[in-house]
Amino acid sequence: MGQDSELAIDLRGVSKAFGPVQANKNIFMPIRRNSIHGIVGENGAGKSTLMSILYGFYHADSGEIFVNGTKVQIKDSSHALELGIGMVHQHFMLVDNFTVLENIILGAEGGFLLAKSLKAARSEMERLARDYGLEVDPDALVEDLSVGQQQRVEILKALYRGAEVLILDEPTGVLTPTEADHLFKIFEQLHAQGKTIILITHKLREIMAITDSVSVMRRGEIVTTLKTSETSPDNLAELMVGRRVEMDAQKTSGDPQKKVLEVKGLSVTDELGVPRVKNVSFDVRAGEIVGIAGVAGNGQSQLLEVISGMTEPLLGEIWINGKRVEFEGAKTAAKMRHLGLAHVPEDRLKTGLVAQFEEWENSILGYSEEPKYGAGQILSHKAAREEADQRIEKFDIRPPNCRLKTANFSGGNQQKIVLAREMDRELDVLIVGQPTRGVDIGAIEFIHKQIIAMRDAGKAVLLVSVELDEIRALSDRVLVMFDGKIVTELTPEASEREFGLSMAGVDPHEEESTPVATGKVSAGAKEGVR
Amino acid sequence: MRAQKPLPRWVDIALMPALNVALAFVVGGLAVAAVGEDPFRAMQVLIFGAFGYGEGWGFTLHFATSFVFTGLAVAVAYHAGLFNIGGEGQAYVAGLGAIMVALWLDQTHWVFVLVGSTLAAMTFGAIWAMIPGYLQAKRGSHIVITTIMFNFIASAFMSYMLAQVITRPGANAETETIAETGRLPLLSEYFSAFTYSPLNITFFIGILALIFVYVLIWRTKLGYQIRTLGANPEAARYAGISAVAIIIIVMAISGALAGLMAVNEAVGVQKRLGVGYVQGFGFVGIAVAFMGRAHPIGIALAALLFGALYQGGQELAFVMPSVSSDLVVVIQALVILFTGAMSEMFKPVLLRLFNRGNGEPEPAGD
Repeated sequence: MGQDSELAIDLRGVSKAFGPVQANKNIFMPIRRNSIHGIVGENGAGKSTLMSILYGFYHADSGEIFVNGTKVQIKDSSHALELGIGMVHQHFMLVDNFTVLENIILGAEGGFLLAKSLKAARSEMERLARDYGLEVDPDALVEDLSVGQQQRVEILKALYRGAEVLILDEPTGVLTPTEADHLFKIFEQLHAQGKTIILITHKLREIMAITDSVSVMRRGEIVTTLKTSETSPDNLAELMVGRRVEMDAQKTSGDPQKKVLEVKGLSVTDELGVPRVKNVSFDVRAGEIVGIAGVAGNGQSQLLEVISGMTEPLLGEIWINGKRVEFEGAKTAAKMRHLGLAHVPEDRLKTGLVAQFEEWENSILGYSEEPKYGAGQILSHKAAREEADQRIEKFDIRPPNCRLKTANFSGGNQQKIVLAREMDRELDVLIVGQPTRGVDIGAIEFIHKQIIAMRDAGKAVLLVSVELDEIRALSDRVLVMFDGKIVTELTPEASEREFGLSMAGVDPHEEESTPVATGKVSAGAKEGVR
Repeated sequence: MRAQKPLPRWVDIALMPALNVALAFVVGGLAVAAVGEDPFRAMQVLIFGAFGYGEGWGFTLHFATSFVFTGLAVAVAYHAGLFNIGGEGQAYVAGLGAIMVALWLDQTHWVFVLVGSTLAAMTFGAIWAMIPGYLQAKRGSHIVITTIMFNFIASAFMSYMLAQVITRPGANAETETIAETGRLPLLSEYFSAFTYSPLNITFFIGILALIFVYVLIWRTKLGYQIRTLGANPEAARYAGISAVAIIIIVMAISGALAGLMAVNEAVGVQKRLGVGYVQGFGFVGIAVAFMGRAHPIGIALAALLFGALYQGGQELAFVMPSVSSDLVVVIQALVILFTGAMSEMFKPVLLRLFNRGNGEPEPAGD
């Protein structure tokens, strides 16, 4: 019993149901002390619920939790911290206009006067920074830090509270490859100092690179727990989905034709007058996919918004099929559609869908004025629903019910609703933002195929994604954006290093030898992360 | 945090409002008991006064007609995400247009008066509501603030008009009376059961307005755009829907609906326009719209409830002298409080109740 146990965490038969849905079913998960344990699974597989139980957000319906060999009932997150369990959330829980030090003691002020605890925290923080390679300026405001640095603050926060077990939920989703490498070095340090790490991720390469063992979850159950050295990415993917998955999009080389979309000298400022896109020019030809790579928040979102007509550029022009587009305020987005441009926005729920609407109502969003949905002002429910039903079949949207509220579809199916609407029509240009964000592996495969099919049908496709793997798998050419500018153009076959350099703002063609300052990301990088 | 399964539809549109009304009557009953009267008898008198006989029905439906107009006004704006609380002022200013046309045409035939004053009331109400709409759309001034302020401006402006401009000589700030030839027919002329009640031909305009709003919101492309803007302004921007145009159009429709109250009350019953003729009906429209869940059927039922409350309340004050008309106002206010302002009060309890057996998991956060 007690401290001599080999296991830092031991879950025995943990179950949790939300109404009729069994989110976690009889989970057994032993995690050895001082190991790095990965958890993989599709969206809704129950990873986050399980970790929320461990962190005290939810209470298990049944089953037992052992921490260091002692059976515990984790009441809430402060109790979890007392037990030495800390969590770094996917979305940081930091106060932006506080300093790093203030954020670290937040909730652990320990006393009425702040000065004393701040002083104690400062020396503790310096020690932690030294031990684990977590360098952050304690007096910097959080809002001035890059995303990678903010993440370090989150880790420091957990360590400051005495965490022995660290749970990290999709920690690399917002990092450049270089920053991710740095994070893995931090993991190694933590590992060397005897900490236990639980890593939730959907990136199988990360699992392979740094974990000792890995649990695969599917539909609330643990499919298996393996030693990482005894598995492979293909094997893990198959276990996650329950069938063979083609990991690489099958794609022949493209056959680019005439220029369809031309962007000339485009500059965009946001509502506060901050430049977001700086003098960007490129073109996309019929029958090719041009990918825009880059860390979130480097102007890709604003670029998409302008090309789709949602916002007006400060300077520059957009040409479609050899004709210059005149911007006319709010109606421009509708006009772009008339010109044959379809837009799959980055954030389906915020922009691309109305969650309260029934499925068929979202199937006409942006196109409701078209005569096929009724003459004049009349909205023909029948015509719209018939079309929606056809798309549901064509794009395998589930459940196949166009009267269901959109909010009740899963992320992947919501994304298919958007894709079906934008692809199932006459079009020349397709612009796609983050097509597979928050979408499960099975749907990713389908979505990638659809995008390639569009290209093969002779459409000009512009793809923006922060998933580098996705960009490389789909694109014929890749433009890398950093701080509102296009740094360089790469082929999808370019090396990891070339992508890493250019995503940090260095053109690998020009400055082969310039070292990159790790963690230094543009000021805009934080803004783009939601 | 945890996403909960929404309440079943029947709970949302039937049970919850019923609970709110019941609670209002319980608290109102306590007030009646406090002045030494029997709350159950008071309830009986109130319900009988509203629905017990033909004339009571007539008054109830007459009041309900006005509430339908002001309630629909709030609801239409609400579908676009706008909170128009200026129905009071819009109905007031609409009275000016309605009465001017009615007095101009009253030597012809009531049909001309009805059509003319209806169009005029809608136009005046629309214009009065479009100004805050324009300010919101173009200048970003919040519609709640501007519509409240426009209520005050309407009040001052109308006092001036009635005292100085279209006043009847010798009268205390009111217009001339519409001549016999131009008066709108009362329904009691066709259905004698309504006896002396003021229920008039405008009642049918109320029914048309309910149908119009249903068709507009759910069966037209404009309605689709209105709902898109109201539910997700960002998606509306994505779809290329002009928020400026929609806001101004919706406020115009909203003001026009509120304005129709002038035809029912000023032209139909009082046959002249006096100071403060709206009597707070514009504000009650807010409670009606919320209780009716911004749907025409719900609004019809909620308007009927408030109509009954107004009519039954007058009866109550008459039958039970110790229940003064002020206390009746208190009971009406309680219903507004519980069904309008605090309409979601039971929601957490009901959600917990209904989620106990059939909840839904929170979506995994990855």
